[in-house]
Amino acid sequence: MFAALGDETRLLLVAKLSDGQQYSISRLAESQRRGGSGLTRQAITKHLRVLERARIVRCVRAGRESLFELDTKAIDEMKDYLARVSAHWDAALGRLKAFVEE
Amino acid sequence: MSQDRVEKRIELKAPVSRVWRALTDYREFGDWFKVNLEGPFVAGKVARGQITHPGYEHVQMQMVVQAIEPERLFSFTWHPYGIDPKVDYSKETPTLVEFRLEKSLVGTLLEVTESGFDKVPKERRDEAFRMNDNGWAQQMKNIESYVAARP
Repeated sequence: MFAALGDETRLLLVAKLSDGQQYSISRLAESQRRGGSGLTRQAITKHLRVLERARIVRCVRAGRESLFELDTKAIDEMKDYLARVSAHWDAALGRLKAFVEE
Repeated sequence: MSQDRVEKRIELKAPVSRVWRALTDYREFGDWFKVNLEGPFVAGKVARGQITHPGYEHVQMQMVVQAIEPERLFSFTWHPYGIDPKVDYSKETPTLVEFRLEKSLVGTLLEVTESGFDKVPKERRDEAFRMNDNGWAQQMKNIESYVAARP
């Protein structure tokens, strides 16, 4: 998941999608153009597919159009997992502290 | 967006040499980490042991020691929460745990970083926390009784 984000364009796409709306490829391409980048629809689509494979965004069909939105389930799961790992380390380090400071 | 690592910093009121020993002496490590390690840590070698943490006693921990730079860096790779005896975790990319020590005014500044989470498969993450919440409450009790017994 994190490797998929290691690209500026993809980060910008995720930032755009983080307002919770669904965006078509055209709208996303346009917002990138306004932002100064000259990416083609094709390039944007390629980036979106990478994000989709990484389960960061999800594609929703609306008639003939493909709409993209953030796949919050995968992101929330990862956040939750890291929070628990973090908590486990807090506990382990608490024990270390008690152990060396006695 | 979340990162692919967990970073912790803790100030310990003990000299660097004391903290170093607690980290790299396999019996002391086992004491506070709560694992029964089979033998000493050797760079490049596997260190194995049964977790003694309540709720996780069936878990066998396996680490590959990476760096042992006296009183500076101790690191190992492992498979977080590899709890299913039927699964061959060696095929998965491990995460890297690094302990870095620095002398501080209070004693020792310890930084712990665990990285590489982007490669942990989803099923592994889910498994890890099936009994998590119970384990947590017990952990807190452990800390309380440990500290209370050693004023």
